[in-house]
Amino acid sequence: MAGSTPVSLTADPHTAAAVVVKPASKARFSPAREAWRRFQRHRLAMGSLFVLGLILLAVLLGPLLWRVPINEIDFAAKLEGPSWGHPLGTDDLGQDVLARLLYGGRISLAVGLAAMLVACSVGVTIGAIAGMSRGAVDAFLMWLADLFLALPALPLLLLIIYLFRESLKSFFGPEGGVFIMIVAVIGGLRWMQVARLVRAQILSIREKEFIEAARALGASSVRQVVRHILPNALGPVIVAATIDVAAAIIAESTLSFLGLGFPPDIPTWGRVLFDAKDTIDIAPHWALFAGAAIFLTVLTINFIGDGLRDALDPRRVL
Amino acid sequence: MAETLLDIRGLKTWFKTDDGMVRAVDGIDLHVDRGETVGVVGESGCGKTVTARSVLKLIDMPPGRFEAGQILWQGRDLIPLPNEDMDKIRAREIAIIFQEPMTSLNPVYTVGGQIAEVLRQHDKLSRKQALDGAVEMLRLVNIPNPAKRVGDYPHQFSGGMRQRVMIAMAMSCKPKLLIADEPTTALDVTIQAQILELMQEMKQRLGMAIMLITHAMGVVAETCQRVVVMYAGKVVEEAPVEALFGNPRHPYTQGLIRSIPRVDRAAEKKQRLEAIPGTVPSLLEPPPGCRFADRCKYVTDICVRGMPPLKEVGPGHYVRCVL
Repeated sequence: MAGSTPVSLTADPHTAAAVVVKPASKARFSPAREAWRRFQRHRLAMGSLFVLGLILLAVLLGPLLWRVPINEIDFAAKLEGPSWGHPLGTDDLGQDVLARLLYGGRISLAVGLAAMLVACSVGVTIGAIAGMSRGAVDAFLMWLADLFLALPALPLLLLIIYLFRESLKSFFGPEGGVFIMIVAVIGGLRWMQVARLVRAQILSIREKEFIEAARALGASSVRQVVRHILPNALGPVIVAATIDVAAAIIAESTLSFLGLGFPPDIPTWGRVLFDAKDTIDIAPHWALFAGAAIFLTVLTINFIGDGLRDALDPRRVL
Repeated sequence: MAETLLDIRGLKTWFKTDDGMVRAVDGIDLHVDRGETVGVVGESGCGKTVTARSVLKLIDMPPGRFEAGQILWQGRDLIPLPNEDMDKIRAREIAIIFQEPMTSLNPVYTVGGQIAEVLRQHDKLSRKQALDGAVEMLRLVNIPNPAKRVGDYPHQFSGGMRQRVMIAMAMSCKPKLLIADEPTTALDVTIQAQILELMQEMKQRLGMAIMLITHAMGVVAETCQRVVVMYAGKVVEEAPVEALFGNPRHPYTQGLIRSIPRVDRAAEKKQRLEAIPGTVPSLLEPPPGCRFADRCKYVTDICVRGMPPLKEVGPGHYVRCVL
């Protein structure tokens, strides 16, 4: 591990220069600033951060600047290609695609990120408990994960939505209620992969010498996991998390398509894509732009995850 | 006689495997007094490391199990102690350093952060105070330019430097006993000497005892006051260091001493290194007799019939042999 990638001090030009010029007065970087410096070296990740920033800005500020209503029906202008009046064209009801994508992006991104957070926190917690306890608790939790993996998701979703939609709606309002429900449902059905990943990482890392050394110096189990094992298991979890964002955005569109997610008049990206698929032969722009929005978001999040993993791993010289 | 810190009595640490019980440590008695250095020697697989880990209760249970015996730390038996209480003894009272300095440090934290963490775990310190403490510890173990190195990661250190960091971590809570489990095995000879010297220096400065586990007889001769020789889970000989090297009584100890490579002799006489024939016997259901019997030059009928008792042959010199 650490021993297999020996990096001499002088291999890092930054440090080496500091040693030569003024060894005593070199300011110590905080870990966060050091990680940011390393992240900046990752060009793809920096480019992706820029693009994702643009997308975020667009969905946050876009609807304020592009003031075309999202639901103005105009059959005279249906399925038109891009033009000055409609930069991304119109859909089968003559609605402006740009306005709909800008508005829907807010919901798609929020659902994607929130569901990822839910899936990761549940997954990491369960995986950590399983990996550390081993024995019966581990077996039970992994059995639970298998159960969830084996459950057909759709009937379960139908049941949950049937049971809880009305009460959540009355409590948090129609949009808030649906948002919470969808995030909980998507996050709640995607923790298994993260849990298995974390458990596997813990099983391998807990046998490393430095964990035993920490234990020998009086670190409790919780401390071993939180301070010593999880930071070493971060890489795969970050990658899994970025994939989860993408999967959640797509899962949300499936739900919307079935009429179980947001109401049809809320144009989330997935919803737009599904609406567009029937006319893809005569109006490809419609599906193309919705797909491109999802694709770009997912791709940039993946690259950012990649850059983060490298930046947070101090063994890599960057 | 100095106060006894650690007193292991009849300890048996066994491991349950599919093939049966492995008697890794099979009834050993060992004590360490305040401020002394005790060497524990023996070849690979004789139970040295299991003994060391048993003291800090770092054995995975299951498969491991304390079958019998007591581990008295200043008169208090550690075996029935719950884990939370053990955590308070670890590092504060008894600290351990391992064989592998290359992998014993967490690769994702700076060395300073790791020393600071040990300090904060046991004493209420602010982050700043703990980091200052870490710089102080690095200075103590002779790391050049500690104020700067404290922010470096383990991979930026060499093996010897990492072992120094490990020692600094182990020393940071000023333990009364340091268990060093083959601390120099993974290092080259010149660094070995430096690390041993550093441990001696630390010992004098902090007045702690050291239990040095090693298979290098040279290291033992250099640093220890008393030596315990282990073979196949049993103590076969225990003696003050002069008596052990001057008058080794157990055939195994004699073999160990003869198998030390000697640069001078090898060059002069082209003498072949003398090895003990055979290998350590299986610790699965061992036969009743002396465990060294099938490798021993002087083996007799009595040897295979029953385990010889530990008998005193000189002041503080005990040997488990019928001869």
